Amino acid sequence: MQMKNILHLGLKELRAIARDPILLLIIVMAFTLSVYTAASAMPETLHNTPIGVIDDDRSQLSSRIVQVFDEPYFMPPEAVDSHQADRLMDEGRFTFIVHIPSGFQRDVLAGNQPALQVLVDATRMSQAFTGNGYIQAMIQQELQDFAQTDTQVPVQLSMRSRFNPELNRSWFSAINEVISQITMLSIILTGAALLREREHGTVEHLLVMPITPFEIMAAKVWSMALIVLVAASLSLLVVVEGALQIPLAGSVSWFIIAMAFHLFATTSLGIFLASFARTMPQFGLLLILVILPMQILSGGMTPRESMPQVISWIMSAAPTTHFIELGQAILFRGAGFAHIWPQLVALIVIGLAFFMIALARFRKALASMA
Amino acid sequence: MMNTTAVIQAAAVCHCYGATQILTDIELAIPAGVTVGLIGPDGVGKSTLLSLIAGARKLQQGQLTVLQEDVRSSRARTRLYHRIAYMPQGLGKNLYPTLSVYENVEFFADLFGLSKHIRKPRIMQLLQATGLAVFADRPAAKLSGGMKQKLGLCCALIHDPDCLILDEPTTGIDPLSRRQFWQLIARIKAQQPAMTVVVATAYMEEAAVFDWLIAMHDGRILTQCSPAELLQQTQSEHLEQAFVRLLPDHADYQPFVLTPREHDSAATVAIEARHLTMKFGDFTAVKDVNLTVYKGEIFGFLGSNGCGKTTTMKMLTGLLQASAGEAFLFGAPAEKSSVAMRKRVGYMTQQFSLFGELTVTQNLALHGRLFGLHGAELKARINTMAEQFALGEVLDELPDSLPLGERQRLSLAVAMIHQPELLILDEPTSGVDPIARDIFWRIMMQLAREQQVTIFISTHFMNEAERCDRISLMHAGEVLVSDTPAAITASKQADSLDDAFVAYLQDAIAAQQRTTGATQPSQAAELEVSTRPTSNTAKQPLIFSWQRLWSYLRRESIELIRDPIRLVMATLGSVILMAVLGYGLNMDIEDLSFAVLDQDQTSLSRDYVASLSGSRYFDERPPLSSYTELDARMRSGELSLALEIPAGFARDLHRGQGVEIGAWIDGSLPMRGENVQGYVQGIHAHWLQEQARLQGLDGLQGLAQIESRFRYNPDVKSLPAMMPAVIPLLLLMFPAILTSLAVVREKELGSMLNFYVTPTTKLEFLLGKQLPYVAIGMLNFVILMVLAVYLFDVPITGSLTALTLASLLYVIIATTFGLIMSAFVKSQIAALFGTTLATILPAAQFSGLITPVPSLEGGARWLGEVFPTTYHIIVTRGVFSKGLSLADAGSALWPLAVSIPILLGIGVWLLNKQER
Repeated sequence: MQMKNILHLGLKELRAIARDPILLLIIVMAFTLSVYTAASAMPETLHNTPIGVIDDDRSQLSSRIVQVFDEPYFMPPEAVDSHQADRLMDEGRFTFIVHIPSGFQRDVLAGNQPALQVLVDATRMSQAFTGNGYIQAMIQQELQDFAQTDTQVPVQLSMRSRFNPELNRSWFSAINEVISQITMLSIILTGAALLREREHGTVEHLLVMPITPFEIMAAKVWSMALIVLVAASLSLLVVVEGALQIPLAGSVSWFIIAMAFHLFATTSLGIFLASFARTMPQFGLLLILVILPMQILSGGMTPRESMPQVISWIMSAAPTTHFIELGQAILFRGAGFAHIWPQLVALIVIGLAFFMIALARFRKALASMA
Repeated sequence: MMNTTAVIQAAAVCHCYGATQILTDIELAIPAGVTVGLIGPDGVGKSTLLSLIAGARKLQQGQLTVLQEDVRSSRARTRLYHRIAYMPQGLGKNLYPTLSVYENVEFFADLFGLSKHIRKPRIMQLLQATGLAVFADRPAAKLSGGMKQKLGLCCALIHDPDCLILDEPTTGIDPLSRRQFWQLIARIKAQQPAMTVVVATAYMEEAAVFDWLIAMHDGRILTQCSPAELLQQTQSEHLEQAFVRLLPDHADYQPFVLTPREHDSAATVAIEARHLTMKFGDFTAVKDVNLTVYKGEIFGFLGSNGCGKTTTMKMLTGLLQASAGEAFLFGAPAEKSSVAMRKRVGYMTQQFSLFGELTVTQNLALHGRLFGLHGAELKARINTMAEQFALGEVLDELPDSLPLGERQRLSLAVAMIHQPELLILDEPTSGVDPIARDIFWRIMMQLAREQQVTIFISTHFMNEAERCDRISLMHAGEVLVSDTPAAITASKQADSLDDAFVAYLQDAIAAQQRTTGATQPSQAAELEVSTRPTSNTAKQPLIFSWQRLWSYLRRESIELIRDPIRLVMATLGSVILMAVLGYGLNMDIEDLSFAVLDQDQTSLSRDYVASLSGSRYFDERPPLSSYTELDARMRSGELSLALEIPAGFARDLHRGQGVEIGAWIDGSLPMRGENVQGYVQGIHAHWLQEQARLQGLDGLQGLAQIESRFRYNPDVKSLPAMMPAVIPLLLLMFPAILTSLAVVREKELGSMLNFYVTPTTKLEFLLGKQLPYVAIGMLNFVILMVLAVYLFDVPITGSLTALTLASLLYVIIATTFGLIMSAFVKSQIAALFGTTLATILPAAQFSGLITPVPSLEGGARWLGEVFPTTYHIIVTRGVFSKGLSLADAGSALWPLAVSIPILLGIGVWLLNKQER
């Protein structure tokens, strides 16, 4: 009897989504176009970096150095007057300015080890650090070619990147985008499903029927989770593996199981948030304040290691944190149950806690809605 | 009727919404000084016609002149707005719920340019005339329906219009308030005989006293004549009958016949309420209500909107827990209504709560299933319902596509699907036309008489009340009297139930005044409605008025301050996000876990490992013992880096043989992987140099030294780099969202009409809406600065004046951006998500926050060059990190300054002064 009510109410939710073409379009776009663009539009770290050169030497060597800065890493270097260098840096015209002092070639050939200066705009974090490394290596290489010396380094460091040999950012971005969309859509869909009923006055109507709040909530949780689960799984197979040709090392089934646990938590969160809002706009404002921290601080944008201890401790209560870890472990590192069970347990615990809190809150909200 | 002095003259006016024809060939000529009634059921185009006359809606086709002004010309309309007043349909639709009564009227006074010294006496006169003076400080939201309508009238009369347009002004308010409302209009008319009043109404008894009637049906005018002529034409006794006879399909109409209830002395009690009371905070919604309803009885519950009917019904159904008293359904307490009890009750709420996304059959089936019906039994029930409620032809349609009358029957069918013994119906007939109402009542009568279903129904139609077996009159949470309609009428020696109800209301108010000793002026008191205001409103500037701008600005500010959620969002939203982004966009990666597979185990190999574990970047984990372990621990994600030092490492190094250290990096997070690569390379090189120095290894000296000078941020920390760039992002997003919400909110709630029908110009409206959010934006700016400097320790090195000036320009741009967004969206939720996307995306991707603008290509580069965030980032980064002076900031300030008038111009251009 109870299960039947949950089933029928959930089917009603599915019908509602099926009849809403705009919502369907948003779901499809979220899992196709935005995943595709997130993965393919992600530029390499160093791309078209604006660079200027103050060439006070005007020698054969200095012009060879100027020529090493080539596309796509750098924009064609521009000659800069040394008096204007400061102003141009202040205006953000260049990320790097290389200063080749006069007599540079002479001193190099004489073995005087002259100094060459690289000015770096260190406020541009994304280019400053890596770009500097590139510039150092490129100039050194050019100097060696010029002097035709070849020194043998006594200890070689052979670095190999595992799971993503070329450190291809689009792999990571694609999966991360899928996970973001899963989180965001599941919260929005459940929240909107509840608020729609509240705005149309149908919740009240349900309450006078022989149905419990638990059944109403469970129905929304399963139906919305199912929609997202199906859409995300298709996106993974068709867009990520198919169109984007990203090799998934691990088992997609494990990922789907993890996703189901994650959705249990996020759909409950959607109900919880919606129970505080009286209208859709209020829900939207709340959503922005909740979803952005969840997306940004859960390890999807920057590694969790770099966050303050307190933040990473707080964020371990967010389902996204564990789901992102699971996603990377399962899909890229091919981790099996033996490795991922702690995160799965964490997701189940968080999901149950969210569900219970949301249910308590939902019951209370229903009482005030009537 | 056609005469040259017609105040309103229409010829061949047609109007469509999409493909639906709303008005067809409307011909009108209304002379000055008459009261005209527009009658007809809901949805025949009355409201559309009125809004066209008021100039609120754009005329699509035909000709329409109002007060000798052609409404198609915008210049003529501007003159017209000074002379016309429009009260839209819906209780308090054009009022501002959080503003007090006085503030509401004052807002309109400012819009019509009433000067300060005449404004106050004029407002007080109007409030006194309507009896609202004592409630001057009460928020409009807390007024009763009748008071809201009187307040609406005050707002409409503030500028002493020549033409007053009222759209169903008395629907849903109690009979006494209704009478007072019309008395008020009559008094004003008496003083200003030239004023024309156009009223749409659903109450035929009201229409009977008007000078002239226009009967509409299906977008066409059926007839226009005086009430007496109409009765004569149709040979009817009263207007309701006359109207039905006018309809093209009136042939199959049969008047409703009341079947009297057979008196049953041994009837069982279906509903019993004892001292039922409901308090919300210190407001008593329902006070000490006692009721007894017998099985098979139709019990009517009468009263105006907001008098406590719905609350009482909710207590009876167990939806609300009573604060005091008890309610019993079939002898069992209502509040603990068990599943078994719910199966005996059917409830129909005010809004016809059907699932709009399910078809008629699906709605019936879902409700049936939830009540435990299934299989053949369910099918049979659905068929019975379809037959009984005449829904057979619409089974596969969606409820929203049905006419109101059919939707209402569907609601009733849904409430009846499980064959309840008791039906609780909350205003099931409001907004439904007389014919559909009669069909509905016939079904109810059948249910009650033939199936012995008890019906508890609330309504504010007196003619429906007369059809009930017994009724209760309710006012301000109290039941005034419960008896049969005839007995109630007789008890006051009144001619009609309506009169009797008014008599009861007057007694109740008088009793209340005696007990509270209030000196509230009664409606009977002599009122002095002012004559023409002494100001000359025509003097008011047509193009731009500071007073109107100020009026909108002040109102927006008051509303914002009184809305806690928006206010919190406005002040705290950016603070929370700044903290989040500050930590989240941190690119300094430290404490990376690594482990070593050391097959050499010499002091040299340990020294190599120590150079890593000693740095702040790495954190050493227990050593590895095999490749299998290496694989497993990397797979589990425990290690970001695994090192392998081969056997004979120290020996081979000393012999000068090439040795190779293996480093495995976890690439599943590419950004972290790149950092690990960089760190390992750096530490490796440093270790080699150390060894070279200590042990004299050769070949490490370079040909030249390359000195990198990290400017502005010598430690290459991400916080000082990111913080100044995050401020522009937040200063754009929140002011833009809040401004676009402010405009779209008015569209959604209906108060946008006040902009349409008053002399307010587009620029005044936009600036008035925008300026409060500019102030909020600057407040945000100060908070963000303080946070950046004191919480995140990012010092300011440049000119604070340059930064403040740039931020002011930028916040103005951000709010203008919100105004532009608001032109494209209709709902608040769309405004919210649309504005968020339209601001965050370009600001985060194309404005140099992460990738510098010069590194972008194609469209992205172009967008980056024109998007204002780019210039604000230059200034914030400059002032925070680069010691930028005001003079140097000039090149970034002028693009910001120039874009303001351009964007505002676009905003004005996109805004419509009329509804389409």
